[in-house]
Amino acid sequence: MTRPTVVQNSGQVLPAGHEPANLGDILERVLDRGIVIAGDIRVSLLDIELLTLKLRLVIASVDTARQIGIDWWEHDPWLTSRARPPIEPGPRDPEEVEAQRRPRVAARAERLGTLSEEEG
Amino acid sequence: MSATADAAVAGASLAGQESGAWLHGVIGERDRLPEITGIEGQPVREIRAGGLTAVVSPVSLTQYGEDALRRNLEDLGWLERTARAHHLVVDALSRTGPVVPARLATVYSDEGRVAAVLAERSMELRAALDRVTDRAEWGVKGYLVPAGAPQAEPAGPGGAGTAYLRKRRAQLMARDEGQQAAARDAAVVHAALSERAVASRRHAPQDRRLSGADTAMVLNGAYLVDSARADEFADLVEVLAGRYPAVRLQITGPWPPYSFAADEPRSEPDQ
Repeated sequence: MTRPTVVQNSGQVLPAGHEPANLGDILERVLDRGIVIAGDIRVSLLDIELLTLKLRLVIASVDTARQIGIDWWEHDPWLTSRARPPIEPGPRDPEEVEAQRRPRVAARAERLGTLSEEEG
Repeated sequence: MSATADAAVAGASLAGQESGAWLHGVIGERDRLPEITGIEGQPVREIRAGGLTAVVSPVSLTQYGEDALRRNLEDLGWLERTARAHHLVVDALSRTGPVVPARLATVYSDEGRVAAVLAERSMELRAALDRVTDRAEWGVKGYLVPAGAPQAEPAGPGGAGTAYLRKRRAQLMARDEGQQAAARDAAVVHAALSERAVASRRHAPQDRRLSGADTAMVLNGAYLVDSARADEFADLVEVLAGRYPAVRLQITGPWPPYSFAADEPRSEPDQ
């Protein structure tokens, strides 16, 4: 433990001492790992509204999330824990949605263009 | 066995209040602990039984009893403070010797109960301590490196729309290939790191919003490494980072052996 390092970006080495442990890394460890010994106070962490908890980690309010139709937690391996794909599909990216829409619009525009040429 | 619960009874309750014990972790018998601040700024206490020592924070059951705890855990500010406080204790313990970290929110109604649990599970706890002695956990995360812009657009017949579609298809294909390459590389990196570790686990990738990264996480590995070989392990990460450019690697640690506290079968990489 003489030389703790953080390696980032293909070999760039940074001294780790300057980086306080990231909250996500800590939560992941203390909530999901460590030995489970039954306590007297039975609060199963699975009973906790993890959804609420995690939403608050990343988004200011649950209402905002609902309003913008975010449902990524349903597919989130951190929440649904066990069965987990190596690569998660990820949230719907507005750019992605837009990109899917664009060719349809372009195709329609082209079709309309062709039609008007024929007509004209 | 003879010492069972001696220490526990000695300092059991705080001024007759309803006081519980929050378990941070279990260590072997040590001469003296450094002074460590636990939950809510209270110094931690030691409870010895069966040749083991439990390190606990005294907590008031009005705040850490079942209902209060459930409520509090949903308060992000509270959760963060508590998670960090718990982690700091476990981390401090791990810097002075082996520790078996307890999961967050393991609370007992009194210290005598903690002593009883130490005695009950002493075999398992000793085995866990042996497993992590002179070893530390290192985390290695791998992030997808987005593929560069697709090569010059293939020429072909058709108007602007067709060209757009062609380009878009090429982009999507490049992205899929990039993801597959990253997943393959992540599996290879994990295997290589596992070889250099005493034990390894491959955890679920963190959500991008939790990781704060720009791209998807494809590897979230934990490796139990001999302390004497920590530098070697970090060097290996560096070498692998150079060899597999489809993933961006990040190493964190040394961590207390959170991922290796429980005796699980070595997890198999996904591919």
